Amino acid sequence: MTNLTSLPILSIVVFLPLAGSLLLLVLRGEKLLKSVALAVSLATFAVSLVLYFTWTAGEAGMQFQEIIPWYPELGIAYHIGVDGVSLVLVLLTTFLMPLVLLFSWEGVHDKLKAYLVLMLLLETAMLGVFVALDLVLFFVFFEASLIPMYFLVGRWGGPRRIYAALKFFIFTAFGSAFLLAGIIALGFLYKQQTGELSFDLMKLTAVGVPLGAQTWLFFAFAIAFAIKVPVFPFHTWLPDAHVEAPTGGSVILAGVLLKMGTYGFVRFSLPLFPEPTMTYAPIFIVLAIVGILYGALVALAQKDLKKLVAYSSVAHLGFVMLGIFTLELQGLSGAVLQMVNHGLSTGALFLLVGFIYERRHTRMLDDFGGLWKIMPVFAAFALITFMSSAGLPGLNGFVGEFTILTGAMKYGTAAAVFGTLGIILAAWYLLWAFTKTFHGKLDNPANQQLKDLNLREIVIMAPLVLMFLVVGLFPNLFLDKINPSTEALLIQVRGSAAVAQDAGVAAAPSALVEVK
Amino acid sequence: MTLPQLNFLALLPQIIVTAAALLVLVVDAVDRRGAFSRRVLSWLALIGLFAAGVAVVWLAVQGDRQSFQDMSVADGYSLAFSGVILLAAVLGVLLAKDTVNQFTRMPGAYYALLLLAVVGMISMASATDLIVVFLSLEILSLALYVLVGFNLHEPRSAEASLKYFLLGAFASGFFLYGAALLYGATGSTNIAQIGHALNASGGGSLYLYAGTALLIVGFGFKIAMAPFHMWTPDAYQGAPTPVTGFMSVATKTAAFAAFMRVLMLALPASQQSWGWALAILAAVTMTLGNLAALRQASLKRMLAYSSIAHAGYALVGLVPGTAGGAVAVLFYMLSYALMNLGAFAVLVALERRGENDVQRGDLSGLADRRPGLAAAMAIFMFALAGIPPFVGFFAKFFVFSAAAEAGWIWLVVIGVINSVISAYYYLSVVVGMYFKPQAEAAPAVPAKARKSRDKAAPAAAPSAPAVEAPALATSQAAVRLAVILAAIGTVAVGIYPAPWTAYITQAVQSVFGG
Repeated sequence: MTNLTSLPILSIVVFLPLAGSLLLLVLRGEKLLKSVALAVSLATFAVSLVLYFTWTAGEAGMQFQEIIPWYPELGIAYHIGVDGVSLVLVLLTTFLMPLVLLFSWEGVHDKLKAYLVLMLLLETAMLGVFVALDLVLFFVFFEASLIPMYFLVGRWGGPRRIYAALKFFIFTAFGSAFLLAGIIALGFLYKQQTGELSFDLMKLTAVGVPLGAQTWLFFAFAIAFAIKVPVFPFHTWLPDAHVEAPTGGSVILAGVLLKMGTYGFVRFSLPLFPEPTMTYAPIFIVLAIVGILYGALVALAQKDLKKLVAYSSVAHLGFVMLGIFTLELQGLSGAVLQMVNHGLSTGALFLLVGFIYERRHTRMLDDFGGLWKIMPVFAAFALITFMSSAGLPGLNGFVGEFTILTGAMKYGTAAAVFGTLGIILAAWYLLWAFTKTFHGKLDNPANQQLKDLNLREIVIMAPLVLMFLVVGLFPNLFLDKINPSTEALLIQVRGSAAVAQDAGVAAAPSALVEVK
Repeated sequence: MTLPQLNFLALLPQIIVTAAALLVLVVDAVDRRGAFSRRVLSWLALIGLFAAGVAVVWLAVQGDRQSFQDMSVADGYSLAFSGVILLAAVLGVLLAKDTVNQFTRMPGAYYALLLLAVVGMISMASATDLIVVFLSLEILSLALYVLVGFNLHEPRSAEASLKYFLLGAFASGFFLYGAALLYGATGSTNIAQIGHALNASGGGSLYLYAGTALLIVGFGFKIAMAPFHMWTPDAYQGAPTPVTGFMSVATKTAAFAAFMRVLMLALPASQQSWGWALAILAAVTMTLGNLAALRQASLKRMLAYSSIAHAGYALVGLVPGTAGGAVAVLFYMLSYALMNLGAFAVLVALERRGENDVQRGDLSGLADRRPGLAAAMAIFMFALAGIPPFVGFFAKFFVFSAAAEAGWIWLVVIGVINSVISAYYYLSVVVGMYFKPQAEAAPAVPAKARKSRDKAAPAAAPSAPAVEAPALATSQAAVRLAVILAAIGTVAVGIYPAPWTAYITQAVQSVFGG
């Protein structure tokens, strides 16, 4: 179950950014600060790769576990570990952070040190969320991630940043309140059963939550996670936060922070509350589909490119939710993979919006047109990214959406049909936005002098595009890690017999092209 | 027949602090011109408090001691509370060290009264007899009534003092009446013996219920529990800010210590009834405090209502009447001392000469003017809001789990929802400091001051130094030290709690079992 290596490698991954941020506090000079921050994030990524390459293949349980008592009087322990689901999200986080910092190389001047410190603090909090196996520890990281994001939006954001930051904070904190009450109740239910107070996920799932308490606890957890995802109708904070956040903040917010919600469902709601998960799955399926269609339709109506991307997030996370609550192996594995895909694609989209905004200080679609002629490199990257987001076969989005839809088909044809409709809408608004921006005449005089991407910007985009292709063409590099864990999860939820028959997720066949 | 064993050693902390108070008065009286005493008085007070702290630790190592025929005790429980009180007092003296001459011409009296209040508080935490509880209550109250009215330049200060005194006298009356009724019901004023008598008789008499209710009113007044909180905003706002910070923490700590000892040792038989009463009062207290705090422009008033809300959270730990709850309350007081006194220390650092309050608008752009102070204030605000990883979160977690363990889930839900409400006003302080530019308040900015400032953010804070200049006229070394100590504590105790929680648990269990 555990890899007994001498180094606490997982703790190093989580706390390296924190150590880096403390180091930054005593350093001076823009160049040095930026270099150190970037080096720290790259080092974190490098260490996290160790997790991937020393992974015990086919192992469903937690690896790299560490347990230290923390508040022994309250049964709280520092218990961390990763399974396949956590692993890919940890890698996503450590992969995106250097790119974000590289993006901020030029764009951020005001209070640069604070910005970098907050970014690294945020990285520690996010990584902590994905590795915590003690519910209270999870909650601590979950809440702690609010603080840096709150400052990033409120300090470096757009004109309505204060409103957006506060709304983001209060919405999430409101959900967390129920989560906290639920966590406390869980601990004491466990104590009633065993006489020992503990918030350890492993112990809680091993004993099982009493049936009578499962339903309300499930909803207490679900509110917190649904707000974070966000699931329609709790999504209203998202467009505000996304639009007002600085580009780096948007990338992290969309790329990683939203996954905390979907990850919460997968990691906690499913194994802890299997009964209500099965009973109320249809509600979440319907909400997911509403989110997919609503997000897509609202995105179609946007004039602001960043808002369009923000609403596309609502739609994409609807897919993830759909996949999770099909409670089919394909659906769940696809959902986990799609979390990564969304992080890559939407992160890239926000970066692209950031590039153009830095040049023109506008994001209105009407201000653009014909940019292909003067910014061919930018256009090429944008095209690949838009296609990835729209789910073009061969790129990452397709694999995730296809596996999710396979799961949805098993769940019910209607779910798959509506989901597919969402894909068509996504292609529509993305291509429409692409056309408005890059095709047509270059008739706006303000656009005549635009410069194409420079080397730094290409260096930022290239790894993302590479990953689009890697995930798109070799999804099993990740699904191999994800599948054992998701299968074990589903056995916990649905019992072993039901899962055994649909084991084995196929890699994406290319025959689905005609669906689009 | 043997002579009664008085055992003065058990009172060593109180004796040391009393001696320090007297010494302060003597030095102040001898040095008429005040040039010498002005520098030395605060040091005397600090040394006295540290010596008392050493005595507390020494007693804690020695083990339990009763004194004065079981009227007072030095056990782990009382010593842990005394430690928190001394911590609050040290921070309180640091807050006043630089500013005391701005609001009074009698620093000697100020420090002496503060030390005497500490004597009352420690005695209250150590009391095992209702008479001693009452005496300590009066000692600390009389000192505080005067301290609240200590600000010469502020008419509100006198008003606050009078209000506090009148209502406080009423509350003392309630307490005394309650103690008398309990004596009538059981024939004793000793806390443990009341408990034995009630256990033997099975409780249930009218005397008992009336007496309990009156005691709750008396204690409720001191901890600022609704609906007996009316004095709090006025007294906290009018009092000199160092006094407000000190009393908001230390008085609560002492009152909770005695409150809990009385409820859990004298009245465990009727836990069912007072548990419910306190649960409702706790819910009302935190909700009312938080809702009222939302609307305050004055930061002192906001923190006053916030302290009402925190009394409500701490009461949640008292409701189940378990040892776990007592541990939670004790840990809550420790963390509240750190984060709340830290917040008040920031206010003291920000107050301009001759002013006794900070408005929310004054904070605008603070992060650009004084980044260290703003960062500390942000930590205190997040901690008070109960956001991890700061100590405030774990304090709340402790009390809520104690309540949940006894099955008070609805109370926990109200508590966590209240935390969200409170996040709004604590965050708005952060918004002001970090997200809003400096308000255009200062006319005639001296060009020299402007030039000396960092040019990195010219747009953000063009007139920053002007407002600050008068505030910095006095030295702020002590206040800064207080801010730093409190900030380190707020972070460190949250992240590395093991030694504190271990000691607290052991201390509480030695008295309440479990």
